[in-house]
Parts: sequence; C-alpha cells; structure tokens
Amino acid sequence: MTSTDTTSPDTTTPAGSASDGTRRPTVVRRDRVVIRFAGDSGDGMQLTGDRFTSETASFGNDLSTLPNFPAEIRAPAGTLPGVSSFQVHFADFDILTPGDRPDVLVAMNPAALRANIGDLPRGGIVIVNTDEFTPRNLTKVGYAADPLEDDSLADFQVHRIAMATLTRGALESTGLPKRDAERAKNMFALGLLSWMYSRPQEGTERFLREKFAKRPELAEANILAFRAGHAYGETTEAFAVVYEVAKAKLPAGTYRQITGNTALAYGIVAAPHVTGLEVLLGTYPITPATDILHEVSRHKAFGVTTVQAEDEIAGVGAALGASFGGALGVTTTSGPGIALKAETIGLAVALELPLLVIDVQRGGPSTGLPTKTEQADLLQALHGRNGESPVPVIAPQTPGDCFAAVLDAVRIAVTYRTPVILLSDGALANGSEPWQVPDVAQLPTVDPAFATEPNAPDGSGAFWPYLRDPETLARPWAVPGTAGLEHRIGGLEKADGSGSISYDPANHERMVHLRAAKIAGIEVPDLEVDDPTGDAGLLVLGWGSTYGPIGAAARRVRARGLPVATAHLRHLNPFPANLGEVLARYRAVLVPEMNLGQLASLLRSRYLVDVQSHTKVSGQPFKAEELQDVFLTHLPGAQR
Amino acid sequence: MTMIDLGMPGLGGLDLVPAAEAPQTAKDFTSDQEVRWCPGCGDYAVLAAVRSFMPTLGIKRENTVFVSGIGCSSRFPYYMDTFGMHSIHGRAPAIATGLAVARPDLSVWVVTGDGDALSIGGNHLIHALRRNINLKILLFNNRIYGLTKGQYSPTSETGKVTKSSPMGSVDHPFNPVSLALGAEATFVGRAIDSDRKGLTAVLAAAAAHRGTALVEIFQDCPIFNDGSFDVLRRPDTAPQRLIPLTHGEPIRFGPKGEDGLGTSVVVRAGFGLAVAEAADVDPADVVVHDVTDVHLAFALSRLSDQDLTHTVTGVFRDVRRTTYDDAVRAQVGEAREAAQRAGGPDLQAVLRGRDTWTVDE
Repeated sequence: MTSTDTTSPDTTTPAGSASDGTRRPTVVRRDRVVIRFAGDSGDGMQLTGDRFTSETASFGNDLSTLPNFPAEIRAPAGTLPGVSSFQVHFADFDILTPGDRPDVLVAMNPAALRANIGDLPRGGIVIVNTDEFTPRNLTKVGYAADPLEDDSLADFQVHRIAMATLTRGALESTGLPKRDAERAKNMFALGLLSWMYSRPQEGTERFLREKFAKRPELAEANILAFRAGHAYGETTEAFAVVYEVAKAKLPAGTYRQITGNTALAYGIVAAPHVTGLEVLLGTYPITPATDILHEVSRHKAFGVTTVQAEDEIAGVGAALGASFGGALGVTTTSGPGIALKAETIGLAVALELPLLVIDVQRGGPSTGLPTKTEQADLLQALHGRNGESPVPVIAPQTPGDCFAAVLDAVRIAVTYRTPVILLSDGALANGSEPWQVPDVAQLPTVDPAFATEPNAPDGSGAFWPYLRDPETLARPWAVPGTAGLEHRIGGLEKADGSGSISYDPANHERMVHLRAAKIAGIEVPDLEVDDPTGDAGLLVLGWGSTYGPIGAAARRVRARGLPVATAHLRHLNPFPANLGEVLARYRAVLVPEMNLGQLASLLRSRYLVDVQSHTKVSGQPFKAEELQDVFLTHLPGAQR
Repeated sequence: MTMIDLGMPGLGGLDLVPAAEAPQTAKDFTSDQEVRWCPGCGDYAVLAAVRSFMPTLGIKRENTVFVSGIGCSSRFPYYMDTFGMHSIHGRAPAIATGLAVARPDLSVWVVTGDGDALSIGGNHLIHALRRNINLKILLFNNRIYGLTKGQYSPTSETGKVTKSSPMGSVDHPFNPVSLALGAEATFVGRAIDSDRKGLTAVLAAAAAHRGTALVEIFQDCPIFNDGSFDVLRRPDTAPQRLIPLTHGEPIRFGPKGEDGLGTSVVVRAGFGLAVAEAADVDPADVVVHDVTDVHLAFALSRLSDQDLTHTVTGVFRDVRRTTYDDAVRAQVGEAREAAQRAGGPDLQAVLRGRDTWTVDE
C-alpha cells in the first residue's frame, strides 16, 4: 500500500464557458476530501451528513464518517453545547479514518463556527450561513465582534451565504410558512456541497420523496431547497472551482454503506440462519446501543423476537431464559448496562448457556459521555463479575466488521455454551463505511447440537447436565420438552458431571479450573502482523475501533520510509495463542487505547513485556496525525 | 401513534402444552434430591401439594419448568423432577419471561418469596404482571428473611423485632394482593400452606388462567417467624379471621349459623368493604364475589390487615386479557407470513439494502 491519508497534489482543468452559456468552473481532482457539516442540534446536520455520505457511497468512493452530537436531544438553540456535527471523509483509495481535519467546514450558525474552526487547516474552506450571525447569536457564544466582518477568518477561504434567506426565496411558490421554509436550509447546504463535489443527486431526491411520503408538500419543499443550493453553486461567481474525487479501487464485489450499529443488528438477524436457532433480543434502550434494537425489531420474519424489558437486568434475564429454552439469547447495551447485567452474566457463566452480550462502549464512569466514544469497558467485560467468572471477549475493528464479529461471537457462544461479550464503541456504532455485502450462502454455520439422550456414564439412564465434551469442555445443552433429560441447574456450585449441588472443596476447585480451561481453550485464529518491510522494531498493537487511525498513522510513517509493524486484536479473551511470541519478536511494543491503558496492563501482567501505553480519553477517536507523531517518538528506541 | 389490535386468543393456560401420554403421579414429579428445608418449614407442605397437583394437569412433565430466584423457597425447583432453574435474587420473573416467550409449549412456574419477589425483584414482578405473560408465580410469604437468618422483609409487620430491627421495624409492609392488582394483574389468588384443599384449588385456577397468575401463599418459618400465621390455623381463631372466596357466592365466613353458612359477612361501606354480622344486615346487602370485578378485588385485598384480623383467601381476580407472549409471537408470525407472501424472508436482500454499488474486477 503506497497511499497515505494525506492529500496528493491537485490536478486541475481550467475554467471556461460551456456552449450553452452556463459558467463552467475549474475542475480540481482530489484524491481525498474531508467535509464537516456543523450546526445546531435542530438544524438536521446528521441527516445532511448522512445524505451526503449516501451520495458519496453510491458514487463509489471509499468513505468513513464521524457523527458527533450532544447527549441532549435539543440543547438550548444557538449555544456551543447544542452544536451537532457530521464529518465525512471520502477518497479514491481505501481510507481508514473519518479524517483528522476537515478541508471544508459548513457552519450553520456562530456556535458551529466557533466550536469547529479550530480543527480547520490554514486555507480550508468555510461555508457560513450568515442569516444566523445576529448580534444576539454572536454574544451567546462569546464572539465580541462578528468574525465574518473582522479578519479573524483571514487564513481561510470563506463563503458567506444567506442560506435561510435564499431557501425562503426558493420556496416562496410553495406557500409554506416562513419558519417551515427556513427549516429546509440544510438541504440547501447539501445541494451546494453536492454541486461542489460533483455528487449524484437522484438518491437524495428519491430519499426525500420517501421520507416525506405522507407530507408531499414537505418533500417538494426540501427538494426545491436542495436544487436551489445546487443551482446557487452553478450560477453564482462565488465558487470558482468544483472538485472531483474519482471512484475508489476497492476489491471487486457489491458494496453498500453501513454503520456499526446496523452491522451488529444484521449479525443478530443473521444468527438464526447460521445456527438454526430462534433469537430473542432482550434489551433496554441506552445510548449509543439503541439503534440495534430499532433495526432488529424490523426483521421479525427471520426468527428474531425483541423484548423491550423493564430494565437492563430484565433484558439480559429474558435473553438467558430464552437460551435455557433452546433459543439464542442476545442483549445489547452500553457500559452502565453491563454493570447492571453483571450478575446475570455470572449466572450464565455458571449455567454454561449460550448468551451474546453486546456492549457499545461510551465515555464513563457512570453516565459519563453518552454520545461519545471510549474503550474503557475492557476490564469490566473481562473481570466485572464476582468470583472466577471467565467470559470470552471479542471486538470488531470497523463499522462493517461488526457483522462478522457478531457471527464469531455466536459461534463461540453456541459451541462452548458460554456468554460472550462483544465490545463495540460509539465511534463504530454511528460511524459508517462501505461494506462488501457478504454472500449469505457463504456465512459460516454452527450446529447447536442439542442433547437428545441420557448420558450418565454409569449407564443408569440419567442425564448429567455437566458431563463435558472432552474436546471443547462444553456441557450438553438439553432443552425443556426433551423427555428423559429433565434436570435442574442454577447459580450454586455443581458437582462435576452430575450437576447436583455440591459444596465439596475439591469439586469447587475442579469446577473453577474447568470453567477457566474451557474459555482458555476456545479456538481463535492467530494474530496476524502487518510488517511490510519485515524489519520493523516497533509493533503497534490495538483493539477495536482504533484499527482505522492506527493503520492510517502507520501508512504515514511508512511513507517516510520508516518501518513500523501493526497488529490488531479481535479476541481479547482468550488471546490468540501466538500473541506472546509476537510481542517478544519486537524491540518495542506500543498500545494506543481510548482508556488509561487497560490492554497494555493486561499484556504486561500476562506476558511480562514492557508494553508502552498511549492513551486518549477525550470522547473522540484518535487522529491519524497524532498517532503518527506518537509512533515517530517511539521509533528511535525501537531501532536500537 | 398508531394503535394495532392484538386480538384476543381464547386459549387456556395450558392449551399449547403437549398432553402426557400416560397418567402421572406425585412420585413422577419427585426428583432424587434430598429436601433440605428446616424441620417444620411450611415449604414442605407446599412442595407436597404441588407434587400431587402437577399430575392432575395432564401435561408432559418434560414440558414443565420451575424457575426460582434466591431464598429458602427458591430451592423448590431442585425437588421437582421437571426442567428447572435456580437463578439469581429477584430475577426469576424476567428469566421466565424470556423462556415463556421463546417456548409456548411449556408450562412455566416461578417460585419466589417475599424478599425475592417484593424487595430485590419488585420491578420484575410488577412488569410481569402488567405484561400478562403466561407464567404462574408462587409467592411464598413468610414475612421474614429466612436464608439470611432473620431480618424483617417487605411484608413484615411494622414494629417487628428482628436481628436487624432490635427496636422494631419502622418499614411499612406491602400488601402483595393490592400490589398485584395495582400492577394490572389478571389473576391474583391467596392460600395458606397448611390448607391443601384451598391451595390446590387456587393452583388449579391459576394453571387454567392464560396469563400471569400471582398466588400468594402464607407460609410458616418455624425458625425465624414461628407461628406467624397460627391464628389462621387454630380452630378457635381461624374461622373468625379467614374469609374464603367463591366466585358467584355471597361472601360469608365465621362460625356456622343455623343456615349452615358463616355468621359474618362482607358488605359495602363507602368506596370499600366492611365486615358485619349476618344477623345485622339484609341478605341482599351481602357482597357476592365476582372474580371479574377489579374494584371488588382491591377492596377485598384491603380487608386483610397486618395483624391478620381478617384474611381473605381464594381467587381475588381472574380475567382474560391478551398475553404478552401470545402477542409477541403473533407479531413474529404475522411478519413471517407477510415475508412469505413477498417470496421471502430474504436475508440477502436485507444485507444488500436499497443502495448498493458494484466494483468490478
């Protein structure tokens, strides 16, 4: 891979006039562009970003997105806490992150400008909705003077556009009240950006018609605003250039755009297909996991039942009850919910029943930062229960990868009769990327292999619920309704084999070790290392959503001719068998994490390797640029 | 907000559970585990009653599941030779909810106590009742924490002296029947552990009910709350205090009069009920029990005082309402039929979504 996430020199086609007399601006080819739409929570920035992303996906660019919004549904209008933004990075090559710094900032009000301008590089493009730059709104966010009037934006190319006024004008014929007409200004902005970046428009018009199918007058108004924005770019002299970003050369296949939460939901919906089991999703709404429930509940036809329980505990309880009944129980939550579910997950460890627990991590502790990302639930997932309570933990690395991660978790849960925790996070949940649609016929299947016969080794015809498979150490899964296999299980310690209650000291010692050995023995693939030159001294090891920024930073470092190796852990418990050997192979190991060094600490204690930790807990993902700098500071030591 | 009529399936509580091929006995329902409750514990009587009662339902033993929480009574599933789960404190109704939704062919019983159901598990109990899931909840109420060796429970009388309340408990207790009715329960009954006949009758009505049935069972803890219900058992005191209910019959109790009926009656008083002497009231004013009248059921529940002066037993309420699990399965079935009609369900189409693009070799 020779591309980096840094921009290549532009190639341009000069301006001119078309034969029909319309102005033809200069066309600039770019290999990548980062756009950030920012406005008030009520301005529809998430929808605007989402539509631009869909246009970009259907055009065939590679892309990655980063929505960023407040936890409040409608924070006070025009304030800094109320700013909502959506960043999209698209390119003609495969990119790994939503981009560090936007090339273009669309600011719908002073608050959006103030909150985001610091991220823009010199020379960046700022498109401002001037209608909101009133003295009152400026004061609200602490601007003493109007930044559009003084020279504070001198470093940028600023486009001042009265978007609300222009939208209102374009919608005059519709007879919509002024306020309603102005609400379509986000579509004006979308139309303008679609023109600037040569995006296809049909998808958005179709989308608006469907979204407002019951209010056709609103559909028309939004489409008019969208077209007005497009026409504004085309006809005014303000914009001298349009940009083109060619299609990306991705591996052959059919692609769609997908968010992490949608991919998790699809994994759950596909679980009956790969296991033959019905699925019961027992859950309680919590940011940023709730969209999984929304999506799954739309697909009942595939044998998935959703139970919106009275609380987090009941959600996982219903899931575990369904698993006892021979379905696959699934629960979805975020960190606070994992805390509440801990006792039930411990029960599932003791019962040795399949259970899938999905944690979409957010900033903590406690309620923390509900809409921001963090990876600080790793130790909670691994150890957050009473007693020796081993649970397999796996983590997807990109939004699209969430689908495969669910199926991997399902394989482990069903094969080994165990709860499995899947750690996604806020960045994966709402971020999106192109996803190569998998062939359903090729999805890996897993056999639940229910017990059907008594199994007592003494030939008594009794059923022993804790007689283990010698290979996997999994116990038999005998479901109610199977004559002759009636049995009782519970949270009390059970006698090895027969499953009767046992307080025998030696038996408890044996059972604790058996449960640990079962999880430690789960088959997971070896860790693959990306070390293109083969002579790197520094290994950067990550897990979860840091995959993108770590990879992008490694590309930048390699582009300077410096060697760096990267590897990414999907399985946090058990670790891949070759992990110790991989760690020992490098002179230096660096672990970037969005916590205070949880994986690093595990690796140090487990492998006695002097792992270096780099951490970030700002609620925002790593940027490629910052990680590049961190890698560079670690390289000299690694070369010695 | 769109409202969708979920219909009213006319099923009984056991109609989807397969029938046993041969008659069964209490012995068939007895597991090989040694029963380990304290000598004299009321749980023995309930266990014996349930073991004898289950065969009368005529359903397959392997399609019967007992789910419990934590507490003395929650050891119950180990002693029944059915499928069973001894789960965690307070969570049995939640676990049973998932099981009942996933498996309409099972008869699901929850065994719980006053601490398990009303203290740590109060939330799950009220939500199971309002949802009306097809499961039967046996709430063993001994008005004390037994397994932790004698602290007051959420049904203990105010002022009760226990290890954790040496100066008397300052907690006001729940009235479990009032609570259940307030939580929209479709079936509420009460029985006493030692009254095999009365208990079995309530269990039979609960089993036949499609939906969540709450049966409160007064049960004696001889170690930490010995004799707590004795006034309801002693021949000299019980008739004055026990008010048994029969649907469609005037509510009369107490020592028998010349007409062979109780000499005490229940009459209306303001918005509630009162106890009166039969001789003092017009027979037409004696309240006739109606299990479909929720106002009557609630008023009856309020006759039961902390000091057991009056204790109403039998079935307070038994009404039909679409069960949660039936409604959930109906929606899944409907979605499947709709997908079939459209030639699906097509997982590949879901994964593909609406907007795709193709990258060529």
